[in-house]
Order: sequence, then structure tokens, then C-alpha cells
Amino acid sequence: MSDMKRDIVALSVGIALFAAALLVPENMAVLRFVLFLLAFAVSGAEVIANAFKGILRGNVFNENTLMVIAAIGAFCIREYGEAVFVVLFYRVGEMFEDYAVRKSRKSIREVMAICPEYANLLVDGQIRRVDPDEAAVGDTILVSVGEKVPLDGIVTDGESFVDTSALTGESVPRKVGVNDEILSGCINKNAALQIKVTKTFEASTVSRILELVESASARKSSSEKFITKFAKYYTPVVLVCALLLAVVPPLLMEGAAFSDYVYRALSFLVVSCPCALVISVPLAFFGGIGAAAKKGVLIKGGNYLETLSKAENAVFDKTGTLTKGSFSVRRITPAGMDEAELLELTAHAENVSLHPIAQSIKEAYGRSVDISRIGTSEEMAGYGVKTVVDGRTVLAGNTKLMKTIGADCHDNGEGTYVHIAVDGRYAGNILIADEIKSDAKNGIALLKKAGIRKTFMLTGDTGRTAEKIAGQLGIDCVKSELLPHEKVAELEKILADAKGKTVYVGDGINDAPVLARADVGIAMGALGSDAAVEAADIVIMTDEVAKIETAVRIARKTMRIAGQNIVFSVAVKVGILILCSLNIVGMDVAVFGDVGVMVLAVLNSFRVLK
Amino acid sequence: MSMKIKIKLNGLCCANCAAKIEEKTAKLDGVGSVSVNFLTEKMILTAEEAKLEGIKEQIEKIVHKIEPDVEIEYV
Repeated sequence: MSDMKRDIVALSVGIALFAAALLVPENMAVLRFVLFLLAFAVSGAEVIANAFKGILRGNVFNENTLMVIAAIGAFCIREYGEAVFVVLFYRVGEMFEDYAVRKSRKSIREVMAICPEYANLLVDGQIRRVDPDEAAVGDTILVSVGEKVPLDGIVTDGESFVDTSALTGESVPRKVGVNDEILSGCINKNAALQIKVTKTFEASTVSRILELVESASARKSSSEKFITKFAKYYTPVVLVCALLLAVVPPLLMEGAAFSDYVYRALSFLVVSCPCALVISVPLAFFGGIGAAAKKGVLIKGGNYLETLSKAENAVFDKTGTLTKGSFSVRRITPAGMDEAELLELTAHAENVSLHPIAQSIKEAYGRSVDISRIGTSEEMAGYGVKTVVDGRTVLAGNTKLMKTIGADCHDNGEGTYVHIAVDGRYAGNILIADEIKSDAKNGIALLKKAGIRKTFMLTGDTGRTAEKIAGQLGIDCVKSELLPHEKVAELEKILADAKGKTVYVGDGINDAPVLARADVGIAMGALGSDAAVEAADIVIMTDEVAKIETAVRIARKTMRIAGQNIVFSVAVKVGILILCSLNIVGMDVAVFGDVGVMVLAVLNSFRVLK
Repeated sequence: MSMKIKIKLNGLCCANCAAKIEEKTAKLDGVGSVSVNFLTEKMILTAEEAKLEGIKEQIEKIVHKIEPDVEIEYV
């Protein structure tokens, strides 16, 4: 028989005996007593057993002992009915509690059900089903239709659509083909794929996400800290009050019956368990973190949810955050050479740089760079590059770089200009433009609606380009022409002037210090980027700007529910204690103060997941 | 050397007990950070490798004192 069934049987018998006892006329006192005693024994056996187990192990003041003391006490002062009622109701409450906890555990597991259980390892043409952590980097695995991709890797054979919704909250399937990167946690939709493993299970996306969400509970918000502290003092204080209540009034007050005050004190014991308090707040936070994860937003701790809920300012990095970060060459304006030559020289000069602008120039060049033509090369952050190509010194970068050799040039229009000088002579420029993300405008409007008062944009771009983009997006304040290290200083200025908390949103790749400095750092488009996941407090897996508002909304809801839980559970407990001490309510209500409050708090926390 | 270990606490049924287990474990010698997640029934802690065996023993004692019915499983 399962625990649950045994519980139900014991409780049913207990209730029947209890009802029978109540029906026995008052004058048959012995029969009544025997029935009550039987009801108590049947329904309270487990509680008593647990209480003894606790005491034997030196854990005297556990929930079970308190209940047993209360019930036995009630028996001693001849409140038989109350005694049975307390254990019965306590057991029923525990069952509800169990159910509620199980249910929330289940929904949390569903949120985190992205963990793959096996991998189909391909060895010498044979498929072997293994645990994902048995597969090594370089192994080939096979993922059939409907299966979860167990490890990060690169597709070596096949073409299919994969559902990334468990990772990103994005429902549109993504197309993958040979040589594409594929992340664990995706579900293969159309056709079998062969994948070469590039990361061990532990380092794969899915493990990292789970790890992050699971360890999020270690970073506690101040309300979580408050309630744990409160709970720590609550039980001893209530127990001392109970003792005083049992002893002091009968000694000091004329006509105060000892048994009456003992009864009141016993009610105190029933309410003294802090479980409802302890569970109510962390549960709400964990729910919030789970709900966010389901939508592709990873939050690294309850404290960040709390800060995010108080955010009033949002600072955005431009490139890669508000814009796509996919630059393309729009126009080549040479001076003293032809377009093809300028592009070729620049592509070679920029070869060393990983900046998206350099990438786009190499892409426009279209051929592979001949490394033997490149001499020393140096990247100057915030300026550009200086590279020796075919023995000539090529400078490629912004107007500031050109000023260092005295070349006078301007950026005439929107976009990013790469100016080139060869052996100290100005050789023309290449115009590169980025595209604004399609949902950026909407995303910022949503944030403003959600209560973000002021929005900022930080960028290394020229003022004119930056102003125009900010205007299109509805951003209030622009700081342009910033070198990477100046972004931190700018953010510090904003923080100093700001009312409320400030969120910084970046791509997490080259703005780690800024992410770390903000009250909350959010990295966007971070699917598969370890650096971004490392640097940020909150990670948005897709590159949708609107997801920031989703995160803010979940944060606010979580805080609201956590607040309700604190106020509700503390108020009900204190209220019941007061009423018990005045003998307005008895033990029956006191039991509600224990299990009832807990069940309601758990159910309320549930709402975060919706 | 400190290392990270995960311990599954199957049958953890009281949130306050989880908090107590966390508090007591944090005080053990050689234990860095500890967090007990009541919902996932998991304890994640960092501990000094040299003292690991002793720590594990202590944790088992703590857990069974507070919640006798919990099964401990090392992940």
C-alpha cells in the first residue's frame, strides 16, 4: 500500500471514530473517552512515531513533537475532542501540503524538462545508446526525429528543422544543415541528423542552463533573507510566549483557571511551526526564475529578480543589442586608388580584428585573405587597426585614428565609416551600416509602459548615427563616440544621477565590465555564448528586445506574490496567536494557522508560473 | 582544492527543515557555500576536497537528525 493510500485509510478510520465519539451521549463518558482515544491513536500514530524519531535523534522541537505535545496536553486537560481534531486536521493539512508541494515540484520539473536522458553514439556504423555524459568531444551522435539533441555539436550530415523553444521560448523552428552549430536541448523535428560533439555534456548548453537555474536559489533576495531570519526567531519566541501564557496568568490573576490557560498555550504550540513562512517566499522566487527560464530568460538569482522589479532606468548598448550587429558594406569611396584595391587592402589590414565591422569587410571582399602579405598588425581599441600589408603601413579605423596622422576626414551620413590611410596618406573610406532589430522599437515602448522611466543608449558610433537610431527607437538619452572603457564611466554617471535601479543591456561579448557595474546586467542573444552567460546577471537567450519587458513583468509579479505571501502568512499567524491568547478561537483554528497558511502560500506561489 | 558537489535529498518534505539543513551544513569545517533547494530536493555545496569524506559523513548526520526519512543520493 502506498503512503498516500495508507494515510487516507488511517484518516478515514480516524474520522469515523471521531464522529462516533461525538455522537455518543455525554453521560456515557467512558465509551466516549475510549472512542476518542482510539480515534487519536489511529490518526495520530504516525505523528507520534515521527515525534519520537525526532526526539531520539536530538531534534526535540520539530513540527511533530509540537503537535503531539499540544494534542497530549489537550487530552490531559480533558479536551478530548480538540485533541483528536488537532491531529486529524494536522494530518489532512499535511496531505494537502504534500500534494501542493508535489504539484509545484512537478511544474518546476516540467519547466526544466530540457535535460536529455540519452545520446545515440555512432561507433563503426553501430548505434549505441549511452548516457549523455559518456559521449566525448569528437564523437559522432545520431539524433532521430522527435529526439532531443543531447550535446552541443556541429551537424555533419542531414538537414532538418529544430525546435529551440525549450532554450529560447521561441516557437518558430530553426533550420540547420551541414556545418551548422547545434545546441543541446533543441528537439529535432524533420529528419535525422548526424552531429559531431564539440562540448562534453557538462559544458553543453543544456547542462549550463539547468545548473544556472538550479543554483539561482543560492543568491537570495532580501525578502528571502528576511523571512528565514524571521522564522528562526519565530518558533522560540512563540514557545516562550506559550510557556508564559500557561503559567503567568493563573498565578497572577484571581480566578484564572490553570487548565484554561494551558489550553491557550497548547494552541500556541500548534501555530508555532514556521514552515509556511519559510516556504512561501523562496517558492515564489523559484517559480519566477522557472517561469522566466521557460520564456528563454535565465535569471541567476532571486536578488536579481528583486532588483529588476525596482528598475526605473534602462541603458542599452547599441550594436548587437538594439541593432542586428550584422554589418554590411554599403559604399566604398576610394581616394587615389580603385574600389577593389581599397577593399582588398582593408580586408587584409582588418584580418586580425574580430570586430563585426572587420568581419563585414572581409565578407565584402569575398576571397580568402592571403596571410603571407600581412606583416605586423595591431588592434587599437576604440580607434581601429594598424597593419603592414605588402610592406605598406595601412591604418583603418575612425576619424580619431586619422587625426593621429593629421588626415582630415569626416563621416558624412548615417552608418559607420572605416577610413583608410596608406603610408600616412588618406586613401578613402568604406561605409558600413547596421540594421535596427525589427522588434527594438516595440520592445522599448513596452518597457516604458512597464514603468521604465528613462532609457539611454551607449555607443562607440558617431553622434549623428546614434541620434538618428535613438530617435527612431524612442530612446531618451544618447551617449555616443564612447571608447569601450568610457562606457563604464558613462554608466557610473547615469547610476549616480538615477532614481531607482538601473539595468544595462548589452550583448555580453565586449561589455562585460559594464554588465558587471550595473545594478542588473542583462546579456542578449546569448544562446551558446559562454562569455555572455558568465558576465551577466540575467541572460536572454534570443535577441528579442521585447524579452526584457517579459523579464521585468515576471520580476514584478514574483515580488508581488512573495510580498503577499509574507504579509499573509505573518499576519494570519500573529492574528491567530492573538485570538488564541484571548481564547476567542481554539485549537481548531490554530491548526489552520499551521497547515492552512502553508497550503495557501504554496498555491499562491503557483501563480508565478502561469 | 575546493570542489562542487551535488546531493539529492529524496523525500525532503518540510521547507523549514531544508533551511535548517542548509544552515547547519554551512557551519561545517571545510564547507564553502551551500544551498538547499527545497523544490528540486537538491543540495549544492562547495567543499574542500581533502575534508570531503568527513563532510559527507557530517551532512548525513545533519540530514537524518532533521529529517529522518530523507534518502541521500550523491549525484
